[in-house]
Amino acid sequence: MNLILFLIIFPFVISLILRPNLLPEGLQKGLISISTLVLAVASIMLCFDPNEISSQLLQLTFSHYQQLFLFVVEIGLAILIYYFSFKYDKIWVAFVNTIQLMLLIVLETKVKFNLENNIGNASNLFTKSIFFIDNFSIIMALIIGIIGGLIAIYANGYMKDFHHHHKEMKDKRSSFFFVIFMFLSAMFGIVFSDNLLWLHFFWEITTLASFLLIGYKGDKVSIDNAFRALLYNLIGGVGFVVGILYFYMASGSFSLDQLINAGKSGFLIPVLLLAFAGFSKSAQMPFSSWLLGAMVAPTPVSALLHSSTMVKAGVYLVIKLAPALMGTWAGILVASVGGITFLTASMIAISRQNAKSVLAYSTIANLGLIVLCAGIGSPMAVWAGIMIIIFHAISKGLLFLSVGVAEHRIDSREIEAMDGLVVSLPNLSFLLLLGMAGMFLAPFAMLISKWAVIKAIIDPAPLLLIPIVFGSAATLFYWVKWMGKLLAITTNETNNPNNTNKTTAATLEKAISNYEWCALYPLGFLTIISTIIFPLTSGFMLEPYLSKHYNLGAGYFNLWQENIILMTLLLILLLLLPLLSKIFISANNKKTRVTAPYLAGANVNDGYHYQGSLQTMKYTIRNYYLESFFGERCWSLVGIILAIVTMLIMLFSVRF
Amino acid sequence: MSSIIKSPWVIHYDGSSCNGCDIEVLAALTPRFDVERFGIINTGNPKHADIFLVTGSVNEQNIPIVKNIYEQMPDPKVVIAIGICAATGGIFKECYNVQGGVGEVIPVDVYVPGCAARPEAIIDGVVKALGILQKKQEEWKAKVS
Amino acid sequence: MSTSCLTSGLLYLLLAPLIGGLIAGLDRIISARMQTRVGPPIWQPFYDVCKLFSKEHLVVNRSQTLFVFGLFIFMIITGLLFFTGYDLLLVIFAFTLASILLILAAYKAGSPYSFIGAERELMQMMAYEPMVLLVPIGIYMVTKTFSVAEIVKYETPLIYYLPGVFIGLLHILTIKFRKSPFDLSSTHHAHQELVKGLTTEFSGPSLALIEITHWYENVLLLGIIFLFFAPIPWVGVLAALLIYFLEIMIDNSFARMKWEFLLKSSWWMALVFGGGNILLLMLLKR
Repeated sequence: MNLILFLIIFPFVISLILRPNLLPEGLQKGLISISTLVLAVASIMLCFDPNEISSQLLQLTFSHYQQLFLFVVEIGLAILIYYFSFKYDKIWVAFVNTIQLMLLIVLETKVKFNLENNIGNASNLFTKSIFFIDNFSIIMALIIGIIGGLIAIYANGYMKDFHHHHKEMKDKRSSFFFVIFMFLSAMFGIVFSDNLLWLHFFWEITTLASFLLIGYKGDKVSIDNAFRALLYNLIGGVGFVVGILYFYMASGSFSLDQLINAGKSGFLIPVLLLAFAGFSKSAQMPFSSWLLGAMVAPTPVSALLHSSTMVKAGVYLVIKLAPALMGTWAGILVASVGGITFLTASMIAISRQNAKSVLAYSTIANLGLIVLCAGIGSPMAVWAGIMIIIFHAISKGLLFLSVGVAEHRIDSREIEAMDGLVVSLPNLSFLLLLGMAGMFLAPFAMLISKWAVIKAIIDPAPLLLIPIVFGSAATLFYWVKWMGKLLAITTNETNNPNNTNKTTAATLEKAISNYEWCALYPLGFLTIISTIIFPLTSGFMLEPYLSKHYNLGAGYFNLWQENIILMTLLLILLLLLPLLSKIFISANNKKTRVTAPYLAGANVNDGYHYQGSLQTMKYTIRNYYLESFFGERCWSLVGIILAIVTMLIMLFSVRF
Repeated sequence: MSSIIKSPWVIHYDGSSCNGCDIEVLAALTPRFDVERFGIINTGNPKHADIFLVTGSVNEQNIPIVKNIYEQMPDPKVVIAIGICAATGGIFKECYNVQGGVGEVIPVDVYVPGCAARPEAIIDGVVKALGILQKKQEEWKAKVS
Repeated sequence: MSTSCLTSGLLYLLLAPLIGGLIAGLDRIISARMQTRVGPPIWQPFYDVCKLFSKEHLVVNRSQTLFVFGLFIFMIITGLLFFTGYDLLLVIFAFTLASILLILAAYKAGSPYSFIGAERELMQMMAYEPMVLLVPIGIYMVTKTFSVAEIVKYETPLIYYLPGVFIGLLHILTIKFRKSPFDLSSTHHAHQELVKGLTTEFSGPSLALIEITHWYENVLLLGIIFLFFAPIPWVGVLAALLIYFLEIMIDNSFARMKWEFLLKSSWWMALVFGGGNILLLMLLKR
């Protein structure tokens, strides 16, 4: 059994089964849970014998029939997009779609012409395998299989609740899961394809799938945002096709591997065009608004788009191209786009009050950091970039899913509504805090990656560290103030021994379905475990991958092993902190007395109210959002202009 | 342990005083008298304070506040009533809203007389309170251990 | 790890509270003299801490103690990492973790004063973080290493190459030492800000821990100043003490500023002096 084909075809088959909505609800949920489990197991099995798989892979070569098939299907997809764009009157989408279609036709006729006249050894095209496998694609497959699968399980519970909250909507759950599984299938396709036509085919499927998912609610805002996502991704897609065409004309090949090798020897234009496609998919600065618009979709969709799929496809491609970008001016400019995105997105996140919006900006910022690493392209930078992909996927998945649950329980997405969530939803807020800590706090793996980023950039391009240091400061600010909001208890629910609210807190959490917990706890566990097994991931997965691509001597990575172990020890210490502090707490236990907070002596009732001049008042506490400093409009404009200028310079610098 | 008498931190609360005593309390902090020589700090936060300095009488409005502040001070703690108003209500005693001295609301350990009380007298009162504080600390320790 | 690193780590663990406490005592005496007062005895900070340990432990909720204790542990570890010669970037990250734990403790207490104190402390962190990160970056660009043990061995004093970074560092040290004009979140002085801001809700043993942590922190910061003069140790010690004296002087001669000024000035200083210094190094070393 070829595992890779299985990973691509199996979710596709499941999605086809789910589409007609024939199964009863229980069976449907069971099928989803079991098939995600199968996917997870299959992607884990992939780690164990990649050699055997790769030998099977070589037999799967490209053929002219495949090409025709792809051509027909892509035309089908284009017609579908035409249908949607005319139905909702979105001319721009149709326009970009037309360009892409025309380019595809040009490509097809060109290939046909070459074959018929046997120009430049054209049949060589069909000796190369369409798939490939290496450690990076295995890592991506693990992310898609495990995290994507967990999100699908979570969606089981969430979508039921969602339709309970949105009674006005038709229950289209079966088509929802149809698209989700299609999405997973296409993602597996992307990370294993070496043939650019296949890669582009899967790429377009994810574009279309994300369009359908974002527009799931069907109201005007959702439709508009869905079309924006479609438009931006189609623009990227056009870049992709131009890249393929250009590369084919120059070398007569469709292999990604050969494209990267050509890039290494200075043939950078197709590399940059593909990187451009990666920018649009991973929501880099001029394109970032589609990812923000994607927030309107139900939370599992946001989680899927932000953590394990879609945007990760973009950075996957850019990181793949990294060896070609290393040490070039174009690479530095790619990195600058990433740096600009990181800085501006981090600063804007400070001024956002909506929890999902903060998460979205943080995603964009982290993707910027990954692109930055890819642009530098040195082994250490790529190492850091892949590490950020892994940890970001886990933590962000956890955060989105937790926020989704919280949203249904407290009926708000606003951070300001999350006062003292630690009391009303204790387990959930623990997971939220864990996810946030995973995103920026010291001993967690994310920060080790950031540490590696700084080390990787400091020699080739020290000035790029300036956006990183300022962006990191902003990152710190928006995460900690959110954490504070969750922790701040402004009622005396915990202190009052004979209060009745405790029971309501418990019931609030009871309403969370088991499907949701089934996704949340493993993700929380993964956040911790991924840091602890960090040296192993590095040793067994990344180092072989990097040594293969960069001809590194043995011992290149030994230098930092010591520090990584140190970080792991710090994490263990942090986890043991509650136990350690028990010693201090119990030593002072007899001396401890719980009192109300200081309210200038005017406390009344339970101590959490105060005597105002006319009546008893409840104090409220609000976070800083610094709208005037970090306003969204101002900084996104700055980011977009800077990024566009950088990209133009990038494209022209290669020409001359 | 004698550290408590070497570092008495005070909180100063003004009841319904004429501000005469308050100015004298603040005068004690100025370079001329410099109570920081004895480690005395005016904290302004009951949760950090050991000594509660009250000036002025208590009235209906500030009874709960005085009680709250006293309540929110960590043990061991002492209360010093500064000036004649804080001791008995002074010239405000007959006012319709005045309850009387601070002693009516919370237990007072040291009374510093004067209208207004002189800084020397205030410092003297604090020093006297330190002896009481030490005694209280021993009692409190016996209680919690 | 060499024995000398181990000894210096051990010395830090044992002596830092003593040195930090004495510096705090000196600070109070010098401040008092600047205000023509006599001031407390030099051992005063130790009396204060002893007293606090013996007092009742008032809390708003019991879990806030966890964060305070975490602050204490992680600040010590940060210092140990530094003085045993580990990676300077890791030291900075651990330092950040410790500071965040203090902020979370203040948030947890949930009182309006400590909440605003925490917000302001966070603002201060955002203000100083870029510069704090630029220090190891600048040092790396000169010495080509992040390891403190290696940096100390570098033959020329770093101040020759990094005057801009040093000036930027001086600016944010005022924030880190909690000195006026940037003591927005909490202050040691009798002129209170937000009651006691960040530390309003901590009393007794918790407050004592925070105080001791502050001593450890100060010694670590002085250690970072020392790095700039490391090849000539006596100059390093002298410079560290001189800088601290300068901070006391600034403390006593400035009024407290608003947060806008804090944020803007810190970021501009980091960008102009820190970034400018790094740009120059990049151009010169090429």
